Amino acid sequence: MTLKPPSFNSSRRSLLVGGAAAAVAPALFNLAQAQGATIKIGFPVPLTGAFSAEAQDQVRAAEIAVKEFNESGGFNGRKAELLVRDDKLNPGEAATRTLELIEKDKVDFVVGSLSAATQLSINAVCRDRKILFNSISQSDAINEAKDWSLYTFHEALNPHLTAGAVARYAFPKFGKKVVYLTADYAYGHEMVRGFQRAGQALGAQTLADIRHPLGAADYSAFLPRIQSLKPDILVLCNFGRDLVNSAKQATDFGLKANTKIIAPVLLYTARQAGGPEAFEGILGGTSYYWGMEDKIPAAKAFNDKFRKAYGGSVPSDYGALGYAGVRSVLQAVRDAKSTESLKVSIALRQLRYNWYKGEQFYRKCDHQSVQSVVIVESKSKNMKDKYDVFNVLAVEAANENNLRSCDELGHKIST
Amino acid sequence: MKNSIIALLLLARRQRVATVLLFLLVFPLLMPYDALSVNILIFGLYAVGFNLLFGYTGMLSFGHAAFLGVGGYLAGIAVVHGGWPWWAAIVSGVVASCLAGVVIGYLAIRTRGIYFSMVTLALAQIVYYAFYKADSWTGGENGLRGVRVERIELPGISIDFLNPLHKYYVIFAFVALALWVVSRILNSPFGAVIEAIRENEKRAVACGYDVARAKLLVFVLSAAICGLAGALRALHLSIVPIDSLHYLQSGQAVMMCLLGGMGTFFGPFVGAVVLLYLEDVVTNLTRYWMGTVGLVFMVFVLFFPKGIWGTLADRIERWLGRQGRSA
Amino acid sequence: MFDISPQLFALQLMTGIALGAVYALLAIGLSLIFGMLTVVNFAHGAFFMVGAFLGVYSLGLTGSFWFSLLLVPLATGAIGLLCERFLVRPLYGRGIDYPLLLTFGLSYVLVDAMRFSFGIEGLPTSTPPDLRGSVFLGFGHFPLYRLFLIAATAVIVLGLWLFIEKTRYGLIIRAGSRDPEIVRVLGIDISKVWWLVFGIGTAIAGLSGLLAAPTRAVNPEMGIPILAESFVVTVVGGMGSLPGAVVAGLLVGVVFAMTSLIAPEYAELSIFVLMAVVLLIRPQGFFGKAGLMS
Repeated sequence: MTLKPPSFNSSRRSLLVGGAAAAVAPALFNLAQAQGATIKIGFPVPLTGAFSAEAQDQVRAAEIAVKEFNESGGFNGRKAELLVRDDKLNPGEAATRTLELIEKDKVDFVVGSLSAATQLSINAVCRDRKILFNSISQSDAINEAKDWSLYTFHEALNPHLTAGAVARYAFPKFGKKVVYLTADYAYGHEMVRGFQRAGQALGAQTLADIRHPLGAADYSAFLPRIQSLKPDILVLCNFGRDLVNSAKQATDFGLKANTKIIAPVLLYTARQAGGPEAFEGILGGTSYYWGMEDKIPAAKAFNDKFRKAYGGSVPSDYGALGYAGVRSVLQAVRDAKSTESLKVSIALRQLRYNWYKGEQFYRKCDHQSVQSVVIVESKSKNMKDKYDVFNVLAVEAANENNLRSCDELGHKIST
Repeated sequence: MKNSIIALLLLARRQRVATVLLFLLVFPLLMPYDALSVNILIFGLYAVGFNLLFGYTGMLSFGHAAFLGVGGYLAGIAVVHGGWPWWAAIVSGVVASCLAGVVIGYLAIRTRGIYFSMVTLALAQIVYYAFYKADSWTGGENGLRGVRVERIELPGISIDFLNPLHKYYVIFAFVALALWVVSRILNSPFGAVIEAIRENEKRAVACGYDVARAKLLVFVLSAAICGLAGALRALHLSIVPIDSLHYLQSGQAVMMCLLGGMGTFFGPFVGAVVLLYLEDVVTNLTRYWMGTVGLVFMVFVLFFPKGIWGTLADRIERWLGRQGRSA
Repeated sequence: MFDISPQLFALQLMTGIALGAVYALLAIGLSLIFGMLTVVNFAHGAFFMVGAFLGVYSLGLTGSFWFSLLLVPLATGAIGLLCERFLVRPLYGRGIDYPLLLTFGLSYVLVDAMRFSFGIEGLPTSTPPDLRGSVFLGFGHFPLYRLFLIAATAVIVLGLWLFIEKTRYGLIIRAGSRDPEIVRVLGIDISKVWWLVFGIGTAIAGLSGLLAAPTRAVNPEMGIPILAESFVVTVVGGMGSLPGAVVAGLLVGVVFAMTSLIAPEYAELSIFVLMAVVLLIRPQGFFGKAGLMS
């Protein structure tokens, strides 16, 4: 079969049309791409391991922030997208995941982490590649000049602030003789330091600072000594499971009879897992508790969004940080009218916000979010429902002076 | 056609270093992202070092993470606290892990069999605690941060180390060197001695070989290679995490060697590819990656004790034999 | 340095013994399995963890701690029997490393199996109501439950000793650990003996998990550190020796407790140093037989 050669005119026309289309197409394509190109936020958190419950709450709340942003028009029509990765609570894995997010997925920003060690390793990778990182878990080290960079932001509380707030509440109330049972790692030491600094001003006396190995299962070896010291206050400077364990065993050894037990951080999820008996009578600090909604309208608004999206359940403290961490970054994108990390960082530095618990802003020298600290006490009776686990005792207002000074952290300039 | 395949296989077998290197050269094209390829390269090297001791000499150490960690930390400390250039950092890492190998090896060699495994575990734990406590040098629980190498300056060229593919090839250069060294060792009379020790230690003694010295030497060589892997890892991740020294990391080396094939040259790399890729893929599919990896591992122990590469190499050998072309 | 009153010393000693009781039970299981089958059970800590989970679960189900004490070892023993029959047995004769490696993989599977069944958080535990409160021992208050722990361990160890020394089956076990060939020649199916011993070993591990559960948090990762600690005990006491396991278990518990008093952050380290020292000076441990494991 032979093809009839096209007539010259029609072939010329099709050539012209084809050529025109080919010329315009890339431009159209680029336009389409530019309009559609999502703003990618990498979200490395420990989905497996000891803190997976908290991490999953972080993801849930962060998704709300992304959805809000997209539904209110995004940025120049561009939508945001959360790329969640499991860092297994392991700094080496966190570094690898962050490299993957930056190099392969080409994320614009990174928000995440749920431990001091992982956030520092994520930060190391991000700052070398000039990608903005907003950390949503506790660390003192990340404020220090050594780890800091223009791209490093810290949405969460730090041990110094949390411990200080709890000390300022508890020491005047319960007594001056204090014993610390401290997890022997950086976080534990930072908590003790925070307590002691605040305590100094209040005349508190450290009877002993007993260090236990991180992740110790059995605290019975330390409790007889604590018993014999007869302190007014026993501070359990540890976290998560360590806290549950040590609280339980302290109760077993009858310490609650004469001593008030306090913890720097009382997590909503840890309390749910540990149960009412272990935590009976224990008070501590936290960044957020849903029960604040009676007094704080922003909390109610945030809680309702979460309830609506997740069938009535309430957000935890870490969940709220996930929400705020992402929302701040996206707001800064709009303020800076750009997705370049440098410009967004500058916008973030100017940001004043109230996403869920009150006024907050990032301090200039170390990008630490200046915020309130909530003091809660665990409930074991009169609980209205399964969510009602804490009484809010006090809220220490946001105050820059409660943080360590810029000089102390090694920052040369506080621009 | 068949003859050319046979010729190729024979050539590959004779030039095993070159074959492995060729594979590793194109490896990044097969992996979803470059950071994973680099991890596999590094852990492959770690497994090669471990394999020298376990696969070829028959000594099951459960404390090899100590050398990965020491290499990493000393390289990191050189950069962070000393401000030394990248090549000095790598040398420090290797030298330090050699020294650690001498000390731990000297103590451990005095025991045999299961006690050897237990002693290496205990000594490695002590190293772990020592580095954990020395937090002004090592960062303790938070790990050592700030191992920043942005450019590799060589006479004539300046390489952007932050570029993942460039980073891969720089690290590849070191791995190639190490593999060449291992191959030379295995092909030497010394290589024959250590395999003799694996097969029957008493007979090796009876033949007049200084078995204790040979064991110590291979232990130190193994430590040096694992130390190099650790040093490279520090440069790759810009951090040295404390669990580089944990016994679960030692367990990883064992797993990689078994999955890949102990006592084979290429086996450890195959094991590293399988384990790391599997973990990466499975992590994205299910949260039960630990159980899945454990299951796969058990299947291998039961049905493919020679590992993937070991079994494959075996089959190839037998096929070649049938073609009348063995040895 | 602060003053250690004799009361504090005595209290700390008791604490160490209670801690050591758990170690001793775990080490007995490990030693049994090793002495008899020459298998280093890397999944022993996982069985401990499974026992703790099943214990809390059965406590919630039946409400009776005493019933759980019966149920849990049977359950974990049964799992152990299945594992030996289908996973470990095929590997005998392949060299000592293979069963070890297999149990290593098994531990990973057991951890995720518990995560799958009970969630990632772990289960909250509390001391059984009958055993709450503390007892005044003359030198201080000591938790009643821990006294119970010490007593229970003593009873179990006694029972096991009677079983091994005084019963016919115990005789077979003793003979089999010394010379499996002869036992086979005498017409006894040694593989069945090994099967049951593995089951007994894992049952004891599960039981110690149940007993330890009220004193610590029950979560899927709890078996990992305790495995290392059990190895320390088994090495110090002598791999394959039951009296060694008991003595070493108590010793390690006391060493840990005493170090915690003086230099708490070195407590973990001290037991590994102990392990290293024993391995270098007397590798067979206090009670082990020399040359057992070359």
